[in-house]
Parts: sequence; structure tokens; C-alpha cells
Amino acid sequence: MSSQVSIQDRCAIVGIAETKFAKNLEGSEKKLAVQVIRDALEDAGIDPSEVDGLSSYTMETTAEVEIAKNLGMGDISFFSQIAYGGGGGCATIGHLAMAIATGQANVGVAWRSRKRGSGPRPWSAANVGLPTPLEWTRPFGLLRPADEIGILTRRYMYEFGATRDHLANVALACRKHANMNPRAMMYERTMTRDDYMNSRWISEPLCLFDNCLETDGALAAVIVSSERAKDCKNPPVFIHSFGQGFRKESHTMVNYWCEDPMMGPAFACANQLWKNSEIQPDDIDVAQIYDAFTTLIPLSLEGYGFCKKGEGASFTENGAIELGGRLPINTSGGGLSEAYVHGFNLINEGVRQMRGTSTAQVPQAKSCLVTSGEGVPTSAVVFRRD
Amino acid sequence: MNDQLITQDGWLLPVVSEDSVAFWEGTRAHKLLIQTCANCEAMRFPPRPMCPKCRSLDCKWVESCGTGTIWSFVIAHPPLLDAYAKVSPYNVIVVALDDDRLIRLVGNLVDSPGATLGSLSPGKVEIGARVKVSFDRLNDEFTLPRWTLI
Ligand SMILES: [Zn+2]
Repeated sequence: MSSQVSIQDRCAIVGIAETKFAKNLEGSEKKLAVQVIRDALEDAGIDPSEVDGLSSYTMETTAEVEIAKNLGMGDISFFSQIAYGGGGGCATIGHLAMAIATGQANVGVAWRSRKRGSGPRPWSAANVGLPTPLEWTRPFGLLRPADEIGILTRRYMYEFGATRDHLANVALACRKHANMNPRAMMYERTMTRDDYMNSRWISEPLCLFDNCLETDGALAAVIVSSERAKDCKNPPVFIHSFGQGFRKESHTMVNYWCEDPMMGPAFACANQLWKNSEIQPDDIDVAQIYDAFTTLIPLSLEGYGFCKKGEGASFTENGAIELGGRLPINTSGGGLSEAYVHGFNLINEGVRQMRGTSTAQVPQAKSCLVTSGEGVPTSAVVFRRD
Repeated sequence: MNDQLITQDGWLLPVVSEDSVAFWEGTRAHKLLIQTCANCEAMRFPPRPMCPKCRSLDCKWVESCGTGTIWSFVIAHPPLLDAYAKVSPYNVIVVALDDDRLIRLVGNLVDSPGATLGSLSPGKVEIGARVKVSFDRLNDEFTLPRWTLI
């Protein structure tokens, strides 16, 4: 027995909750956050006073002290914030799992609350606070995340023969799953390939439907030890493996200044994730893959080892990423068609797949990969159930 | 550091740091200078204090040959900041420099030296096209490198 401490299956998610997702919700991000954390603890059957671990994103506007005093929590013994926007989602879960597995906390809550639907677009400020080397991009009109990823998309198409039809496969798969999910912003809005092809350009080669939604919403998840999970209301969803990573000479969103920009942070994160996992890519039944842009799906399929480099686009053919296909992804509709809340909705959907309660349930699914923002320093988890 | 980030016409200006002063002094004199390690001669971009190859803190600024190849590009359409929306759709290109193909600069392809953003018809941009640098003066302090087809 090695002296190395492993988090494998040591902790489980036992509670989840989310607000409605809409273009415009009443109430502050703080109010949405405390409400959704209260609901997630209720789902777990754990009193808020028992919480002693908290984790969220550095971009979260509500501080831990605010969360704790609103919910009447007691002493907090572990708190962490993960940087790099949407790259931090799964790391909130991973950090809490590490804290609980090593005795730094007993009951952890991870959350994200964001009014991105009704608030300003982050890029519209002349001076944005993201750790991007703005000096080298924005004066030239590379203003928005869509422009930054558009550059990588064009190069990806050029190097590997990917087409807009491949990007449409991603948009259509997410929309199809959203059409099965009454909570999704696009539940009642169907999309055809023609709708995709005829939509307006945002940053060629990316069109409107290559971009995620703009959403107000909040989500939370409750994590405890696998021992403790036995006493909770819901069947435990085990955190089997966790990875975080970014590659050599990484930048955020604008990974143009490295040896191979077609190999993003996912490749580094995947090494760590699979190294300590008994479940390997071939064993994964369903995946929730961060989809702020359609391009991130083929890039992530390659990074996480579901196919070889350059084959991510063709992987999406013949319904492979839709329910019933080889690897159904984003079964709640994802960031493209359910809600864009920095990818936290992908975590909750991963939990539902393991509970067997998804609106696009993969029959007998026993393992689920959830990934966070590709193109920025990122994180991922593998969930499993008994 | 300059906090004034936008011209009167609404163009975003570089936020200059200690690491990049020399680059922008260069463009003002119509020179494209690339930070180069004084110890191992490796070029690096974006500028930073330390050479990632040999960890030397000594650097020099070497004038680029000023030519390269379009590595990728987008054509930007609204919604955009006002000044940029007015000249949209416009191209943003990434140029791999001939000096070192891993030095890739974000810029714009324009129709003639000195011309500004949006001057070229979007259909004229393609990956692999050969380009050379030109300079577009925004104000007394800032001149941006732009690119024309060779
Ligand atoms: Zn050196």
C-alpha cells in the first residue's frame, strides 16, 4: 500500500439544486446563491449548520463569509476559490473532495451564481479584468471570447478538415437534449441544420449557434465523505477521479503562443484525471463537456482521449454524441442550449445521470465525465455510481 | 502603466507594462521588435521578464524581418464596441513570423501600408497567405503594426 493519499471514491455528491434559468431573474446574485445552497442542502438532508467547507470561482461575486452568515453556518475550516472563469467548475468539486478526504472539512458546498443574462457582457468593458494578455489582442479588434476561439476554430478546420457541419452536429445534439429538458432555456425551441447554417455570423467561422446562451441562474452541490453519504436522502454519486491542468506556455483563451495550440489545457488535465482513475475513456457511459463554443467539443474529445488528435470533428458524425450514440454529451442541453452558468449545470446534470433522473437518461449509465472550460486552465471529474 | 485605454474615436489602446514598453517604442519608430534572450538567443512572445528556456533575466530587442504567414483569422461581426462595429465586418489575423514560426502576432490585414482596420474586403484573407508588416499611427503614443499581402 503506497503512502500516497488518493481521493478515489472517498467522497460523494449527495445534494444538488438550481434556480430557474432565464434571460432575466429577479434578485441579486447573492440572493440566488444563498437560496440555491439552502435547496441543495435540503436535497441532501443536511442542516446548513453542519457545513464547514466552501468552494467557488474567483469570478463569484458573493464571498464565503456572506454565504456562511446568510445560511447560519458554523465554523468554516476550508474555503477555496478557483480562477480562470469557466475552467474552475469541476475544481470546486475536486478541491472539496481533497479537503474532505484529508480531514480538512466534513461537509462541503460548491456553487456558482451568475446573472450573465441580464448583466453586461464581460468583454464590453474597455478594461476587462480577465488574466488575458489583452495588450496583444484587443487593440486589433479581437474583442470577445467568440473572436478568440474563432481563431482556434479556423485553424482547427484548416489543419484537420473539420467543417461547419461538424460544429452543427454539436449545436444540434445539445439542442435535441434541451428539447427533452423542461428546465432548459431552449426547451421549446427546436433547431434544424438549416437554422444553424442560416444563422448570423458572430466571428466567422463561428455563427450565433456556435455560442453559448446568456443566462441568469445559480447552482450548488453538496459533498461529503462516502461513509457519511450512506445516511443521506439520495443515492451517492461518487467522485471517482479529479484533474486540473494547463499546458506549457498556456494563455487564457488565446493559446496562440505555444508549440501546438491545437492541444489545449484538456490534454494536461486529462493526464492527471485518467492517471488516478480505474474508469478510462472507453468505459465512460455519458459525458458533460464544457461547451461555451461548439469548437470546444471536438477539442475536448481529443484532449480527454475519446479519439486521436484531429479526429474530434469526425467523432461527432452519425449521432455519436446524441442520446443513443457512442458517447452522449450534454444531456441537459449544456451551455449551448440549457443554460450558461460557467458550466456548473454540467456538474448537476452529471449527478442526475448517475442518479438515473436525467430527462435524457442514458440507460444504466454507471460513469460520467464532466469537464470545465477548455481554452483556459481547466478541471474535470469522473463520477460513478454503485 | 497607462490607464487611458481608449482613444477619443473609441479604439482600444494597449495596456503597456514594464515588459512591453520596448515593443511599443519600436512600433512608434516603425520597427517590429521582438524580445530575445541575451543569453541563449531564443525569441519569446508575449514579452516577459524571464527566458523560459535558460531562465536568464537578460534580454535584448531584435528587429524582426517583418514578414510572415497568416496562421489563422476571423471575420468579426457585431455585436462589437461601437468604433469596431462601424468598420465591421473586419478581419483579425494571426501572423507566424518568418524569424521564428512560434512567434505569432495578432493583427489585421489591410489593403495598403498605413491603412487601418476594415480597409480590406473580407474575402481576401486566407491561411498561408504571405504578409509583411506596416504601421498605423493611432495617436502620439501608439502605433499599431498591421499587415499587407506580399
Ligand atoms: Zn534564454
